[in-house]
This record gives sequence, C-alpha cells and structure tokens, in this order.
Amino acid sequence: MKPQIPEENPDTEITHTQNGGRRPQLLVTGAGGALAQRVIQRLKHHYDIIALDFRHRPEIQACSASYCVQFTKREFEDIFRNHNIEAVIHLGRISAFEQSRSSRYNANVIGTKKLLDLCVKYDVRAVQILSTYHVYGAHPYNPALIEEEAPLKAAELTMDLVDSVELENLAAIYLWKYPSLNVCVLRPCNIVGPGINNTMSRLLSRHYAPWVVGFSPMMQFLHVDDMADAVAASAHRHQRGVFNVAPEDWVAYTRALDECNCRKVPIPPVPDTVPKFISNLLGWRSFPRYLVNYFKYPVVIDGSLFRETFGFQPQYSPRELFAHYREMKN
Amino acid sequence: MSILSRLAPQDDDLEEVLKTMNKPVGSMHYDPWGFNKDTNHAAVALFKWMYERYFRVEATGLDNIPASGRCLLIGNHSGQLPIDAMLLGYAVATNPHGPRAPRAMIERFFPSVPFLGNLMNQIGAVVGDPINCRKLLENEEAILVFPEGIRGAGKPFSKRYQLQRFGSGFMHLAMEHQAPVVPVGIVGCEESVPTPAHSKLLARGLGLPYFPLTLPVVLPTRVRIHVGEPLYFPNDDVSEAQVSQYVDQVKDAIREQLSTGLENRKGVFQ
Repeated sequence: MKPQIPEENPDTEITHTQNGGRRPQLLVTGAGGALAQRVIQRLKHHYDIIALDFRHRPEIQACSASYCVQFTKREFEDIFRNHNIEAVIHLGRISAFEQSRSSRYNANVIGTKKLLDLCVKYDVRAVQILSTYHVYGAHPYNPALIEEEAPLKAAELTMDLVDSVELENLAAIYLWKYPSLNVCVLRPCNIVGPGINNTMSRLLSRHYAPWVVGFSPMMQFLHVDDMADAVAASAHRHQRGVFNVAPEDWVAYTRALDECNCRKVPIPPVPDTVPKFISNLLGWRSFPRYLVNYFKYPVVIDGSLFRETFGFQPQYSPRELFAHYREMKN
Repeated sequence: MSILSRLAPQDDDLEEVLKTMNKPVGSMHYDPWGFNKDTNHAAVALFKWMYERYFRVEATGLDNIPASGRCLLIGNHSGQLPIDAMLLGYAVATNPHGPRAPRAMIERFFPSVPFLGNLMNQIGAVVGDPINCRKLLENEEAILVFPEGIRGAGKPFSKRYQLQRFGSGFMHLAMEHQAPVVPVGIVGCEESVPTPAHSKLLARGLGLPYFPLTLPVVLPTRVRIHVGEPLYFPNDDVSEAQVSQYVDQVKDAIREQLSTGLENRKGVFQ
C-alpha cells in the first residue's frame, strides 16, 4: 500500500515503500536522533520501519517510509491510516533544553496522548515509551537503587520536569486501561556516546565542566549502543510494564569528569540558590538550572528488573564510555 | 585519588588484611551507595592510629560477627561525635575472623553537607533509609545500626550508659530478611566527650540536631568493644507489641555486654 500524502500538509513527507505489507510495521518516533537510528538498524530485518520526526524528515535508507509531522497535527493520523502499524517505539521526547516549557508540555504530554489514542484506535499491539531517570527527582534523602515503584518526585522539585512526569502518568493510565496496547515505559540512566546530544553528553564533551563544590553524586552511564540493544530487546517482546534501564556499575560525578579529561569549574554550593543563579547567569545548556540538584544528590536506579526480564547486559564499561569523550578532546 | 588516599600512611600488613575483604564493587571500585574501595581502605589506615594508640581499643567477641552474609550489628550510641561508629567500623573491617566492609547508617542531613556527606558515603556510611537497609541486606552486607540515633549520641554525661529509646525499624528488617542481630556494647566513648549540657539555641541556629556545651577536645579514654552472640528472630506476622519485646531482648543483650565492659575496666583511661 502506497502512503498517501495529504496535499494540504507541506510538513508531512513520505519517501518510498519497500515491503508490500508482508512484515509487521513499526513506527519509530524521534527517528532523526542517534538512539533511534541505532534502534532502526537493529530492527530493520524484523520490521518494516516507518520513521517519524517532528524536527525534520529522517533520511534513513532502512525505512519503508519517513515523515516529518507534529504529533498534535491532524495529519498525524494519516500515518496510521496509511500503514498497518503493529508496534510503536516512541523516542520522540523533547528534552527540557530544546523548547519552552509550554511547547514541551504540548509535544511531550498532549502529543503523546494523541499518539496513544491513535494506537488504541488502530489496534496497535505494543507501544514502547522512552522516559528518563530524571522523573525520580534528585533529593538528599534518595535511597540508592531506586525501583520502578518509587514515587516520581521530580515534579515536586522543579516545574521544568513536569512534562516528563505527566508523560509517565499518561503512560500508566493507558497501561492499565488498555492492556492490549502493551505499553512499556523505559526509564534509562544517562545515555551517552557518539551522536548523543543530551545534557550529560554535552557536559562530558566540554573541556570545562561545572562542579558544585563538595558534592559528587553517584551516577550511572549507558552507551547509546547498549540503550539501542535494550530498546530492541524489549521491542521483540510485547511486554507491558515500567522498567529502569541501567548497568550494574556506578561512578562518582567528579571521577567521571576526571576520566573524560574535563577541568572542573567550581560552583559555590551555599546558599542553595547560588548554583542555580550561576547556571542561569551563564546560560549553560549542559548545566541547566532545573538539573542542578542532579549534580548534588544521587539518583541511582535499580535496573535489575529489566536485566532479568529481557536478559539485558550492557557491553560497554564506564571506562570505554569515558574514553570516547577523552578522545574527542585530543 | 581522594584526599584520604593521599593522607593515609602506607601499611602493608593492613593492606593484606583489607585485600581479603570480600566487598563487591563496580569496575571503577564504587558501589551504588557511593562506597569507594580505595577511600575506604585509606580511611581504615588513617583510623588505625586512633584505634590502636589514642583509644587503645580492646575488642572481644569479634568471632560472633558472621564472616559473610547479611547481619545487623546493633550498638549503644554515645559521645556526641560518631567515634563509636568509627571504632566499631575499624574493628569490623580488620576483624581477624573475617574482615568486612561495615555499612553504618547515618542521619538524613549528612548528604546535604558539602564534602562530609560524600566522604562518609565513600568510606561506607549510608543514609538510614529502610530501602537502603533492605537493599544492603539483600546484598549480604554487614550493617551497623545505632537505634538510639541522636537520642543516644547527644545525651548528657549524667545519662551515660543508660540506653535511650530504640527505634524498631532495625527489628522489622531483621525479621523480614532473616538477618542475625549481633549486640554490641561499647564502653569508653561516653567519657570521651563529657557533656554536662546542650544549647538548643545554637543547635537551631546552625541547623544541627544538638549542640554540646563541652570541652573542645576528645579525651583519650580507653574504649572496649564487646560483641555478643547473634540473636535470631522469626519472620512471623506479629504485633508491634511483640516487636517491641524483641527490641527489648536486643537492649538486654547490649546491657549485658556493657556490664561486662564496665566491670572489667580498671578506670576510664586504663
């Protein structure tokens, strides 16, 4: 079936079809990102991939079709009309530094609701949603090895992460209300590595990195290839649930900076408002005001449920991850 | 390399003992709670002088501490500063019957204190949260708990060797995870920082749980650590009243160890 292009929608574009509908069709959102591209490479032999990105039309050879469309636009439904989508991998979450708070809310919460409604309407059999460990919130009372059932305290600590928590709440509602949708939420730790442009990856790739003096929280890092393996492993099984994704390896923040050859820029820790003020003043995207507490207090997650359920074992050690950033600077 | 690692004296004999400590850590020598093998070993090397020379600690019953597997070491708390925890920690880390990395439960305000919170985590201390304690027991670790908390550490000299109210959280965890409870009586720390009174005003102003009005020195009292035989409690669905009775059994066992220590000592400094 050839996808139809609504003429009145210049944002929606379709490239080509290859399959003729023999293999199951998989919609990947945020397909232009480094993680999505790796996921697509891992799944292209099992699925016909339909790539979608709201920023630009993804140019990926392995895809049957690719689109550039906003989730909140009416044309978004045409993708479901034109394809027999069996599963969705929703990686198209806007990071907090990318747009304004209200735009993010619209895209991440309202847009995801639209996506989930369409999944229900068109009998999609599995939906994977990429979340983040940030939803747990960084707090001095945090225990280590936070499990999936722990309260999501990020919204209490900063308004800038409300959309991340709301997205999770939304996923949880669809998880129990529509069991046949097989919603699977993945909450990874810091994803880093080649092509990744999130806060932590940007920070480790800099020559100078902020250090809130006297604090060095424990952190977890996952190579983008390992995360792609994790997404691919869970995509093969229509497993419902919420899963932390993290290795069984931990590093203190300042040690990570040393390993990446980052010079530490000391930030006075007291009073509490000083690091946030400095973050605002300097406009560092890799050290945003709302994430300052994540550089003070640990948010160490327990990834054992995911590892046991999907037989997942990361291939990259922290040293190998840091070597990438060290080599970037040489 | 941490500051402690730079300060710690080289001690090959101690290093040999610590090498036999079976503490699982990640590839960069950390565990999820921030324990760092290198910093822990450096701290033990630094404590050695305090343990052997300053407080001249005499420890008995160390063979009662299981050489492996989960356990809770429950002790009396005293002395305004956590010196008792440090000395018991050293005794556990260098136990000739099987050295272990001791995991002391600390107050929740520590992670907010720059440098100190991280340093304590790297040495092995963990915020006293039931989830942390559960996970550590599942990890087959040896946990040091002082159930009196600040009630014990901050009590005035007039109440020395009188056990204050014990929280019952440790007992619930011991029952649920079938962990042996090892009673520990620590004699000598009560007199190391004799405190006739406290200032509530200064404590409030500095955001501390208490502020002792005392000498600005820690006296070189002789410390005795007496470790009793492990106690086991059934994992039954019992009432809080029954749990309180179990807690009282532990208190009695600690009192017994304290009595032995007090009877055996010839003086506070001897």
